Amino acid sequence: MHLAADTSSALGFPILSMLVIVPAVGAALITLLSSRRPELTKLIALVTSVAVGAMSVWLTVEFSGDDSGFQFVSNHPWIEQWGIGWHLGVDGISLFLVLLTGVLFPLAIVGIDPHNDDRRRDKPYFAWMLLLEAGVMGSFIALDLFLFFVFFEIVLVPMYFLIGGWGYEGRVYAATKFFLYTMIGSAFMLVSIIATVFIASRNGVGRVTFDLVEIAENANFAASTGRWLFFGFAVAFAVKVPVIPLHTWLPDAHTQAPTAGSVVLAGVMLKLGTYGFLRFGLYLFPEAAHWSRALWLTLAVIGITYGAIVATMQKDLKRLVAYSSVAHLGFIVLGTFAFTSQALTGSVMQMVNHGVSTGALFLMVGMIYERRHTREISALKGIQAVAPIFAAAFTVVMLSSIGVPGLNGFVGEYLILIGSFLTARWWVVIAATGVIIAALYLLWAYQRVFHGEPDEENQSFPELKLREAALLLPFIGVIVFTGVYPKPMLERIEPAVEQLVAHVEERGGFSNPEPEVYSPTGERGDEAAEDAEHGADDGTDEGDAAEHEEGEG
Amino acid sequence: MLAQETLPEVEWFHLSPIIALVGGALFLLVAGALTPPWPKGLYAFVTALTAGTAGGLAMFLWDDVTDQGPGTLVGHALAFDTFAQFMTITICAATLLVALVTDDEISRTGRDGPEIYALMLIAATGGVVMSAANDLILLFLGLETLSLGFYVLAASDRRREGSQEAGLKYFVLGGFASAFFLYGIALIYGATATTNIGEIVAAFGNSVLVEQPDAIALAGIALILVGLAFKVAAVPFHIWTPDVYQGAPTNVTAFMASVGKAAAFAAMLRVLVVALPNFRNDWRPAIWVLALLSLVVGSVLAVVQTDVKRMLAYSSINHAGFILVGVEAAAHVAGERTGSGIPSVLTYLLLYSVLTIGSFAVVAIVGRASDGDTSLASFEGLAKRRPALALALTVFLLAQAGVPFTSGFIAKWGVIQAAVEEESYAIAIIAMATAVVAAFLYLRIMVSMWLKDSGDSVAGEAVPVSTGLAVLSAAVFTVFVGLWPGWLLDAADTAVQYAR
Repeated sequence: MHLAADTSSALGFPILSMLVIVPAVGAALITLLSSRRPELTKLIALVTSVAVGAMSVWLTVEFSGDDSGFQFVSNHPWIEQWGIGWHLGVDGISLFLVLLTGVLFPLAIVGIDPHNDDRRRDKPYFAWMLLLEAGVMGSFIALDLFLFFVFFEIVLVPMYFLIGGWGYEGRVYAATKFFLYTMIGSAFMLVSIIATVFIASRNGVGRVTFDLVEIAENANFAASTGRWLFFGFAVAFAVKVPVIPLHTWLPDAHTQAPTAGSVVLAGVMLKLGTYGFLRFGLYLFPEAAHWSRALWLTLAVIGITYGAIVATMQKDLKRLVAYSSVAHLGFIVLGTFAFTSQALTGSVMQMVNHGVSTGALFLMVGMIYERRHTREISALKGIQAVAPIFAAAFTVVMLSSIGVPGLNGFVGEYLILIGSFLTARWWVVIAATGVIIAALYLLWAYQRVFHGEPDEENQSFPELKLREAALLLPFIGVIVFTGVYPKPMLERIEPAVEQLVAHVEERGGFSNPEPEVYSPTGERGDEAAEDAEHGADDGTDEGDAAEHEEGEG
Repeated sequence: MLAQETLPEVEWFHLSPIIALVGGALFLLVAGALTPPWPKGLYAFVTALTAGTAGGLAMFLWDDVTDQGPGTLVGHALAFDTFAQFMTITICAATLLVALVTDDEISRTGRDGPEIYALMLIAATGGVVMSAANDLILLFLGLETLSLGFYVLAASDRRREGSQEAGLKYFVLGGFASAFFLYGIALIYGATATTNIGEIVAAFGNSVLVEQPDAIALAGIALILVGLAFKVAAVPFHIWTPDVYQGAPTNVTAFMASVGKAAAFAAMLRVLVVALPNFRNDWRPAIWVLALLSLVVGSVLAVVQTDVKRMLAYSSINHAGFILVGVEAAAHVAGERTGSGIPSVLTYLLLYSVLTIGSFAVVAIVGRASDGDTSLASFEGLAKRRPALALALTVFLLAQAGVPFTSGFIAKWGVIQAAVEEESYAIAIIAMATAVVAAFLYLRIMVSMWLKDSGDSVAGEAVPVSTGLAVLSAAVFTVFVGLWPGWLLDAADTAVQYAR
């Protein structure tokens, strides 16, 4: 066990730094190139993003599932006057988000045509995409509060220009709204970060440092102080997630963004918020997080049901998917604030799964728009008859989004619901209805778009092209694989989550009502006495999983 | 007594930056008057050289200060500390950049000549004196030298009515403000029988002990505050700013926004934090209110403007609010020579000076191509016509908005950190919230440049070499400091050990 940890950390290569630097350098190179060489621009974007993707895969392979701490850490002083360091590290919570980022970007860069009439606009497009990748990557692996804030903020700029420059008709409005909403959240976070650092330096840490681990492990905040500080962070993350009622930027931004922008936005950028809650909210302020849980659980459940209901009513297919994101992210927040390791594991799973399935949905909606130049559900009809393969691919992605057993969406949602049931029973009861409405809006949309006799305009709907199929294949592969065999993911996520839950319980001064017995990797807790009823739950789940495995096999 | 009749010892070398600036100005005036017109660019070159020399000398002196410790010069009239050297470098760097921008701006309208450059150097001298003054009378002299230069500079485009109007407006209002300031000094003198900052602190140190409520001193502080608030353009003493910034020639606007603001804030720190720490609990709330109003009014009114110069004028008020947040932080520990308030203000002033000159330089180039029109519409499609220019302005605007990896982020982070360190949470949060409002304004300009097309295909703006050089170096500096701010922070941190 120790050997494994050693070999992985002794990679002899600053892999995490490279994950950030390589795309940033790629962006800089593209900026310096002449805009009359679009083919060279695309080549650089391709090479750098694929290199980052390869590195993230390598990282995942080398990652040791037995180690619950941060791995591949690189820690260098940066602005020593302020106690700021270049501190990067990855653990089970961030690992798959890094992988998702690493894989999603090359697909978005290679696979999605930005539709530049003027090929010279390729240059800024790819430069912004790579800069965005560097920012997102950095946010997921930064272990320094300053560094995290820098990456969290820098992400806004490329996204603003991508939406504003390559989006649809209402793009300027959407981009500006997106920028300002996120920035107002960041304003609170910035003050909170600085206050955290100074208060921590006087209460336990002993020096001014922005190092996340040092503060989280040593600082003792008074309850009221911690709550205020947590609030500052929480506003920023709640805007990013987005949590109702701070969500109104999302439908606009998602709908107006170019396809690649939507894929990235839904795929990884929203996770900055939920990841932030886990990494910074819970880790730094366990007491405050636990104290305010009723608020977050309630907002999460409102998000789940409201997002689902509003999605049902949408006329625009892309807007429908956008609102479904609000609902799905509600589940993640629900799991986060349930404070059990099943629920948190489920949340992390759901972050990745939502990225894959919603990313794929946006991709397919983009394909529909390319073919028909409309996203209106009412203008589409009977596509299944003319493009059966396209319809089949859409079905798989859609079912994954609904959370049908055997596909990836189910694993995360199920873990969240079962894990939260112990600590947040009545919230779960309402949240479960959201699952049903999700089936309703997606199936209804599918019925309207794909079923029936195609009318004249949809008669010539082109079938899935080879290039598009190749683009979708990795998504569908992940959807099926994770759904059938989530173990490799779970066993890497679990140790970090369990450590976080232990930290939160110890620091927050509470313990979950019933001890942990469920473990998706098959290990069982020893206190089985009072868990007869709970064990039954457990059994059903594994039974389910086994069944699906058979079914798929 | 004999000692009073002896002239104070003059440390000539320690005064060399001031001497260099004055010498450059006199040389320009005398040599310029006696010789036929110089070839284009030579006046500007001499000015830039002078400013560069003065700045370089200040860097030399920096080592003297750090070796020997802070002290005073010329019979305690001037402070010799890193605070003064830092501000001298800031002012000289700004003057250098503005000289580069000024060259094309005035030779285009056939106004090339030594006078404007001489005025700039004299105004810069005034700024340097203000930031180094250890005597309120000397500080006032510096302020007047600076202001008189500005009045004339604002009106220097004689053929444009707007310029004359700006000069007159600034002169009348500025005269009032100077009078307030002078009256304030008189009252302080009445309360302490001295104008020397070190002696003032000593005098009040005694009066605090006997708990004597000093109405004269408080009235003096109030009047001084009015004068200073006018000079830094803090709300509600900001009314002149948008009109003067818009009306003055763009190069002069850049000069006022950089050198003017930097010198005024340096004076504010000298008078309030260095000279009047005994009253810090009396004037700190006033600074708090000025900061709040400047932040809110500056950002909100900036958003509704349609002229880019006017927008930047209002945004400079918002920036003044940010700097006041740093002053407020310094106020908590005024007189104790600790805290990060003063360093954060100095850093902000240097970084903002470079940013604002860069921004106004681009505005000058665009305005020139469209006959002095600097409305938002004239920036439409700039990214198509001049991508490099648009990129540079984008860097400046993002930096002003406080986006990471730009110097503006470091500046804002510094003042917010200083405020939070002193537990001024409310003003820190308000400041960041107004930064978001201001960001909307910068986004509007960026949208015009990048996302909108001007219908007619206007020929690209001509980018003159010297202005281009100024823009380039400002942009490089902005990004460089955003990435490696450590050396600058180190330098600014030493300024806490001010002399008096």
